Amino acid sequence: MQSNAALEYDYSVAKLFTYTAILFGILGMTIGTLIASQMAFPELNYLFGEYGTFSRLRPVHTTVVVYGFTLSGVWATFYYLGQRVLKVSMAESKFLMFIGKLHFWLYFVGALVATISLLMGITQAKEYAQYEWPIDIVIVIIWVLWGISIFGIIGIRREKSLYISLWYYIACFLGVAMLYLFNNMAVPTYFVSGMGSILHSVSMYSGTNDALVQWWWGHNAVAFVFTVPIVAMIYYFLPKESGQAIYSYKLSLLSFWGLMFVYLWAGSHHLLYSTVPDWMQTMGSIFSVVLILPSWGSAINMLLTMKGEWNQLTENPLIKFMVLASTFYMLSTLEGPIQAIKSVNAIAHFTDWIPGHVHDGVLGWVVFMVMAGLFHMAPRMFKREIYSKKLLEAQFWLQTTAVVLYFTSMWIAGITQGMMWRAVDEYGNLMYSFIDTVAVLHPYYAIRALSGVLYLVGFLMFAYNMIKTMSSSRELTEEPQFRSPMA
Amino acid sequence: MDIRNIQGYASFFMTIFLVIVLYGYIIHLYRSEKRGERDYEKYGNIALDDEIDSKPIEENPKAMSENEEQNK
Ligand code: HEM
Repeated sequence: MQSNAALEYDYSVAKLFTYTAILFGILGMTIGTLIASQMAFPELNYLFGEYGTFSRLRPVHTTVVVYGFTLSGVWATFYYLGQRVLKVSMAESKFLMFIGKLHFWLYFVGALVATISLLMGITQAKEYAQYEWPIDIVIVIIWVLWGISIFGIIGIRREKSLYISLWYYIACFLGVAMLYLFNNMAVPTYFVSGMGSILHSVSMYSGTNDALVQWWWGHNAVAFVFTVPIVAMIYYFLPKESGQAIYSYKLSLLSFWGLMFVYLWAGSHHLLYSTVPDWMQTMGSIFSVVLILPSWGSAINMLLTMKGEWNQLTENPLIKFMVLASTFYMLSTLEGPIQAIKSVNAIAHFTDWIPGHVHDGVLGWVVFMVMAGLFHMAPRMFKREIYSKKLLEAQFWLQTTAVVLYFTSMWIAGITQGMMWRAVDEYGNLMYSFIDTVAVLHPYYAIRALSGVLYLVGFLMFAYNMIKTMSSSRELTEEPQFRSPMA
Repeated sequence: MDIRNIQGYASFFMTIFLVIVLYGYIIHLYRSEKRGERDYEKYGNIALDDEIDSKPIEENPKAMSENEEQNK
């Protein structure tokens, strides 16, 4: 291919999304730590008037970490590895460069406006779908732009087969597109009634149907934002960093279709013991349990990829991050199905065990994998070695400790809470009032707040290491093939 | 039978159908490898050998014809 001798991959869009991943990561986790502290020390609710209360900040936390940090990571890695596995540079198409940059800038401005809108209390009050309709429209445009980028670059590829990671990115794109549209069908009330706020809207569904559509979306936000694109990352970065091809490509294809087939129908486990039809609740439970198979299919495939190369686990901190990520993926995809069993759910529902489950997944799996991906990309994008291996190691242990503190404290808190709510005396009267549980849980909330501080410090170490790598680390003369160089 | 029951049965049989499709896919993957029609494992190398000037594992015919035109 002599005509392409001077051609290089173009990482300008991947770099932009890397910056926002760092920025939104710091912002989202700072707010997470603040709201965790508020649960332990309620006086902290009154720091910034109405803008600093738990109820305002909780949706800001969830949306900034999900749609700010995680999606930035997804896009940074997509714009990086999409080109590589297709062996075509974005620079080969002016159109795709333009779309990529437009995608970024519209996203960045949109994300800032969206976050401010939540701080001001403008929300349609659906979890993970809080934004009001004008912002939803902007989100749809951003999503379409990403779609053009994906299919545009596929259109000009040199590699005929789409590597498994791309399948997962495409699934993320299609899954979110479909479910987001369904769940955000709403009627802007002003245009119907001529009164009230122009921003306000009500859902097109009501009652049980609304709940069903909401959790069809809500659970698949977990599936298609926290799982599918993160699996895409590990399928590329772990083999590339370790120099070992995926253990079984066939298993990766199989797990892919298994995951697609099962994940979509697990959402009704959020509505056990509610008014949705009984068979649907049972279906939600069963599909959740079956979900272990494709999830573990991917995770075990990753661990087996390291077969015969386990020495790398001690030598290369990035491998450590990724192996721990896939281990936490296994933990949370076992824990979730257990919580979806009806009798367990009777204790777990509405308790702190649920955020505990969420965070062993997001802190141990999502954030670890995104950080490892960005660390792997940095020496290639900025042509400098990673600034400090020591810092990386310290960060690893600090954050691992933080994750363990987070989920263990919430397991204990959650199960204690669930048992206390149900406890009855010999006459069938409830033994505890709500405030009794709050008093008992205080130490666990304090531990969680501490874990938040530790995790946040770890993330700041990541940010510092990345910024130093970009600006002042030793320059590389040639691109590393597998293992990322670090000082 | 009311609509809820119909929905329940429809969901059940659709699940069975999709399970069969999924198992069919496993058999298809292994059988076509055994017969020597496809080699799925080679695609794992797409991630390892991903320089812009490295040879694609499977050349995209469309890109190839463009290259030929450029080289004329
Ligand atoms: C410093 C790290 C973090 C801390 C201290 C933290 C803390 C919290 C707290 C206190 C809540 C509210 C729980 C409740 O209402 O009882 C929460 C909810 C949540 N957080 Fe975090 N968080 C952190 C990082 C993250 C990250 C990185 C993600 C995702 C990438 C994330 C995703 C979520 C989600 C999805 C929820 C909603 C859970 C639910 O509805 O059950 N968090 N977090």
